[in-house]
Amino acid sequence: MSKSNLTRRGLLKTSAVAGAGIALPTIFTASSAAAYTNEPTGSSVTLGFNVPQTGPYADEGADELRAYELAVEHLNGGGDGGMMNTFSSKALDGSGIMGKKVEFVTGDTQTKSDAARASAKSMIEKDGAIMITGGSSSGVAIAVQGLCQEAGVIFMAGLTHSNDTTGKDKKANGFRHFFNAYMSGAALAPVLEKLYGSDRKAYHLTADYTWGWTQEESIVASTEALGWETVNTVKTPLAATDFSSYIAPVLNSGADVLVLNHYGGNMVNSLTNAVQFGLREKQVNGKNFEIVVPLYSRLMAKGAGENVKGIHGSTNWHWSLQDDASKAFVKSFGEKYGFPPSQAAHTVYCQTLLYADACQRAGTFNPCGVAEALEGFEFDGLGNGKTLYRAEDHQCFKDVLVVRGKENPTSEFDLLEVVEVTPAAQVTYEPDHPMFAGGNLGTCNPGA
Amino acid sequence: MFGLDKKDTTLLIIVAALTLAAPFLLNPFPTDSAMAQFNAGYPDLMQRFVIFGIFAIGFNILFGLTGYLSFGHAAFLGVGSYSAVWMFKLLSMNVLPAILLSVVVAGVFALLIGFVSLRRSGIYFSILTLAFAQMSFNLAYSVLTPITNGETGLQLTLDDPRVLGSSSTADGSIPVTNLFGAEMRATYEMVVGPWNFQFNTGYYLSAILMLLSFYLAIRIFRSPFGMMLRAVKSNQTRMNYTGLNSRPYTLAAFVISGMYAGLAGGLMASMDPLAGAERMQWTASGEVVLMTILGGAGTLIGPVLGAGFIKYFENIFSKINEGILHSWFSFMPDGLEDTLIALVYPFIGKGWHLTLGILFMLVVIFLPGGLVEGGQRIGRLFRRKKSGQETDKSTQSTPAE
Repeated sequence: MSKSNLTRRGLLKTSAVAGAGIALPTIFTASSAAAYTNEPTGSSVTLGFNVPQTGPYADEGADELRAYELAVEHLNGGGDGGMMNTFSSKALDGSGIMGKKVEFVTGDTQTKSDAARASAKSMIEKDGAIMITGGSSSGVAIAVQGLCQEAGVIFMAGLTHSNDTTGKDKKANGFRHFFNAYMSGAALAPVLEKLYGSDRKAYHLTADYTWGWTQEESIVASTEALGWETVNTVKTPLAATDFSSYIAPVLNSGADVLVLNHYGGNMVNSLTNAVQFGLREKQVNGKNFEIVVPLYSRLMAKGAGENVKGIHGSTNWHWSLQDDASKAFVKSFGEKYGFPPSQAAHTVYCQTLLYADACQRAGTFNPCGVAEALEGFEFDGLGNGKTLYRAEDHQCFKDVLVVRGKENPTSEFDLLEVVEVTPAAQVTYEPDHPMFAGGNLGTCNPGA
Repeated sequence: MFGLDKKDTTLLIIVAALTLAAPFLLNPFPTDSAMAQFNAGYPDLMQRFVIFGIFAIGFNILFGLTGYLSFGHAAFLGVGSYSAVWMFKLLSMNVLPAILLSVVVAGVFALLIGFVSLRRSGIYFSILTLAFAQMSFNLAYSVLTPITNGETGLQLTLDDPRVLGSSSTADGSIPVTNLFGAEMRATYEMVVGPWNFQFNTGYYLSAILMLLSFYLAIRIFRSPFGMMLRAVKSNQTRMNYTGLNSRPYTLAAFVISGMYAGLAGGLMASMDPLAGAERMQWTASGEVVLMTILGGAGTLIGPVLGAGFIKYFENIFSKINEGILHSWFSFMPDGLEDTLIALVYPFIGKGWHLTLGILFMLVVIFLPGGLVEGGQRIGRLFRRKKSGQETDKSTQSTPAE
């Protein structure tokens, strides 16, 4: 046995030595010529789409992936061009990015920071991805953003709503198109005042992790500015599926508004529990009891069914918007997949287009050049009206939608109606706002 | 050699050769070929192979020898990672103090948990360890956020008060983890014709530590202490009746395997300075159990194989998407192509769990001794052809006990 192993090992060693010998003259041809990480040298450029394909946000992830594929098709000149036709910047012409055909690799984040980083790393190290995008949770987005900063590639954040992504954890190589918790609060507050008055007592149930906290903080701040009183804020464990024990105390607290800082399955369960407890029929302090869900999505509304009717929240984008860009996007997405896109699909489609456009305008794939092209970039025609990519924190500033669960849905997709479009000016804040302070963008890192 | 008998020396040398040549062995396909999808020779995955190998070797010292099935080993991995990242934040970017601290902290943590959990055996022990690990996970996820940064995970920032070293480099980025100046992420690329082999500093550091851990595990397996642990597995009650207190032995085994997990955690943080709470979740604990059983519990090399197997699936199979399938089968007529893709699609990409599950079932049903048993069976098949006599000998002295 040992004899045969010896020869096998000998063979291995010999081949290793031989390999090294052959390689010696070519060693410096590959790596040292690159000016930055994964500089595309061939006729194509690779983008990395890192989305949750398993786990609690797999639905959002699947929708994001559809939008990415659509965006790549449009960039390469296929399909009807979608929002490329309505986009205010006309640098893109359907011939890929800077004449290079766009290719992509996909990975599964499993909604875990570790898995997401492993997947992003394999895209960078193995597949030569020049940009990473995706993510359906703030924890994952922040973790991958940190990785991209270190590796020297651009990160275009997907669905991430926490203030921290462009607040205390902001990075020079990371960009976010999606809105954030502060914007939700700022957009909702005036609508809530109009609907429910300025003399209300709010009770918060909050998912017990970073995103939940920043959202609670934002909503508390903006509602207290209206004159509302915050009776209590209660943290619920993320894994909770039954919220009855958290809802019961609300009834006796004297509060007349319940704010659910929950997302995804959590929100579906807590809202269902609250409605089952008859909160919505109750009268407290001589007013109707109300429920507010600050971050809404169509997929969540679908999960909660009947219970969302008449409940207010905010969202980044909705397919029923009637501007040209939204209509074009819904049309090409619908034609390809047979149903309207979610807000997650919309934001990642925009991010892909914005990245491609920035490369084209900068004339390079170098992360520093791309970042420069994105910073302070003002654009229109991507479904949110006039939008600014602010240079100070790499956050997009655009209109925010306040939506309400529709009373009489006409189809299984027609679940939300837009109540008000809050203008961008109203949700804009200073880069050093206390809720976003403590971070440092650092300098852009082009890697190798 | 090294106080090992000939057989173990051979095994150690084989493992060393395989580990050190991994950048070649794991990259068998040219970069531009369609099969490049299956290449695993990039730094991050190679690091994961050896780091999870360490984790599984340590777990095997407890489970393979004493038979105590811990369902909470990920807690030690997580604690190790957090200690290492804190070391980077507060002391220096050198990985040595970080790894040392993570091993020590995980050891102390294991001592506490082991002291309580080992009062019970069997399923009660498993449940106790599971409870402790879930407790640690929940603490890390929300309650202890000031220390662990909760859901987001503990990361380095530009204003870390690093005592030895600077908070940020001259060009305004976060310093890189290193071993006396050798950056962990430094990769030397060797291009041979169409092949591209990557040699990564971090990988080789992990690989050397893995070999040391492997050597230590062999010594433990072959020592009187190891014999005592095996006695615990075969009949603990009888041992107690002979007047021997087995608790110190099991506790020692528990702490040692906790320290192995801590080492793995510290290394993970050294390769990529981030510590997330989900590293402690029960799924992570379950994963190491799967690795050990898949490879062959109680064997020396089994856990390392199992770790490699699972990580390969997680990282390679999960990345095959519909587009890649289309390019593979594009030479076929349309109807056939679509049928084939429809058949294969559920098992790749997001279906990688399914494939792994099926393989796991097959291994457990047909090869109860894990992949190692599979290897032995194949080996025996060949040897029987050569000479009938050697068969008995080789089955007797295989590393699998």
